[in-house]
Amino acid sequence: MSDIALRVHGVSKRYLLGVPPPTTLLREHAALWARRMLQRRRAPALTEFWALRDVSFDVRRGEVVSLIGRNGAGKSTLLKILSRIIEPTKGRAEIHGRIGSMLEVGTGFHPELSGRENVYLNGAILGMRRWDIARRFDEIVAFAEIERFIDVPVKRYSSGMYIRLAFAIAAHVEPEILILDEVLAVGDAAFQRKCLGKIGSVARDGRTVLFVSHDMNAVTTLSQRALWLADGCLVDNAPVRDVVGRYLATLAVDMPRGERVLAVPDDVPVGITAARTLGPGLEPVDVLPRSSAVLVMLDGHVRRPPRDDEEYFVALDVHGADDGRLFRTHNVEQRWFAAVPREPGAFRLSCTIPAELLIPGRYRLGLIVGIAGRQHVQEVYPLLEIDVVQDRLVANVWSGHVGVVTPRCEWKLMDA
Amino acid sequence: MTLPSIIQPTRGLARPDLHALWQFRELLYFLVWRDVKVRYKQTALGAAWALCQPLMQMVVLTLVFGTFARLPSDGYPYAAFVYAGLVPWTYLSTAVAAASTSVVAEQAILTKVWFPRLLLPLAAIVRPAVDFALSLAAAVVLLAWYGIHPAARLLELPAWLTLEAATAVGLGLWLSALHVRFRDVQHVIPLLLQVWLFASPVAYPVSLVPERWRWLYGLNPAAQVIEGMRGALLNKPNLIMADLPACVALVSVTLLAGALFFRSIERTFADVV
Repeated sequence: MSDIALRVHGVSKRYLLGVPPPTTLLREHAALWARRMLQRRRAPALTEFWALRDVSFDVRRGEVVSLIGRNGAGKSTLLKILSRIIEPTKGRAEIHGRIGSMLEVGTGFHPELSGRENVYLNGAILGMRRWDIARRFDEIVAFAEIERFIDVPVKRYSSGMYIRLAFAIAAHVEPEILILDEVLAVGDAAFQRKCLGKIGSVARDGRTVLFVSHDMNAVTTLSQRALWLADGCLVDNAPVRDVVGRYLATLAVDMPRGERVLAVPDDVPVGITAARTLGPGLEPVDVLPRSSAVLVMLDGHVRRPPRDDEEYFVALDVHGADDGRLFRTHNVEQRWFAAVPREPGAFRLSCTIPAELLIPGRYRLGLIVGIAGRQHVQEVYPLLEIDVVQDRLVANVWSGHVGVVTPRCEWKLMDA
Repeated sequence: MTLPSIIQPTRGLARPDLHALWQFRELLYFLVWRDVKVRYKQTALGAAWALCQPLMQMVVLTLVFGTFARLPSDGYPYAAFVYAGLVPWTYLSTAVAAASTSVVAEQAILTKVWFPRLLLPLAAIVRPAVDFALSLAAAVVLLAWYGIHPAARLLELPAWLTLEAATAVGLGLWLSALHVRFRDVQHVIPLLLQVWLFASPVAYPVSLVPERWRWLYGLNPAAQVIEGMRGALLNKPNLIMADLPACVALVSVTLLAGALFFRSIERTFADVV
């Protein structure tokens, strides 16, 4: 008998984006199938998105493990796969024991039914037996503190009552492995403490808990170990204090500056592998005076030559401090033509952001690589961060800036 | 200790997981129970609405086809004749429509909890059976008023109901699975039901169908079920009994293939819905 509760091995999940935009009309599917039949290969209009890439880890019986990472890192996708709601595209997971998951508070609650009726309905949806629910009914109601309202339709409940009842049911399902997604984010402080206490006692009973939370206090008090997901990859798997420390550190100064190496998956036809912001002496810098141009150097690689009707492009976005995009610039335009080579191999592109264009402040660059008019194959934001600083102050000259850019506009005093 | 359950990509056809269905049998009960409860909450007439639909249709059809168009009714009072056909037809059409939309209707649960997805179309065909029972009881009363006493042949009804439920599930499995990907299905169902109503002996007797086309007519499971239930209620000879085995075979194939199809694509439901 092993003491492993969960064994996840190489789990990946792919989504095909834009297949076809409204996925639910027969006519478009017919067109897509016809295209596939003719080309024998998947139509190129499909963009792949890997929500999870090759995630592997084990969870021992009785362990409380938290899952952290930014929004969109793949945490919920992983929990859905372990709950059998969606299937992985690759990899496998072994689950030793009865699993109970709560990905949402009050799934299947019907507003017209009373609290009592919803306890039975929700319990059944979560996999409880009727006699099990009946046996624990009083306990559930007491935990939720809604004794007086148990026969009132839940549509008349306050949101707090609703959440308390929902959590109370889920907390009494008593699976061997409990999976929770962000359930601590709801309810008032007193109820959150109660939930934390319940999760702690579940763990003391020797049951396994895997939960997602953005509340680092809850994460460190409840779990022994943390898994950190970023962009679908498991980047850290260690004792909780270490992982949380490293995670918080990147949240604070996560911005890459100066130069950066980028990982490009093998199946991407073209990609940028390194990016640098260079100063006048061609050394990587991240703080530049307003009077000097910003030179962005991009190293890339063509893995697969474009088809005859295809053209690769590289673009840079410049974002202001509030994350709003100021402008985008492409490598190929009417005024200049720096096309990506068509044959496989390395290439290098440079882009000059003119001097005296940006007002002093903090800027973030974003990178887009793709096939013109078809799809994006690489998107990195933020790519690099730069600070533009005021270099000199000239007396009696207006040095304040209004707006976001200061292009060189020529002013002349004309004869009246 | 329980055996490990394995999660991995499945390929090809998947067989229905009867063990999981049995484990979740109480959820089937609760889904039906919820729909029955919710259906008549905050209504003044409550369950009486279950009777209104077939009774109203009986009045309209009797007026239009019985009185104005003077359609034959095999010698029975037209109202009794048409009501005996409406009872099975109302169940079949409600069950098919409900089963077909059952998966998409529960998308909120589908994307958050795992349970055997087959329960959804199954629950959808069980729920209208409650209304069916009520309108069947009303039929017996109505027929007694016309002096028709069905007696022993009522025992045939469970067999016909089984065929009818199998038809509804079989179609429901196909349509509900397709509905997840193609919302076109919700537009097809009313059309299908309208054509099907006129292709079935609800408003007219089977004897009106030309004899050389009866074999084809008898393959229509709705025709079999309506003729069968009406025969049992009115104690009337069944004119398409000879085609029953072929029809049962057709329904069985639809049902089994539907179950395989449903199981094979249910793993993508939560991704697509």
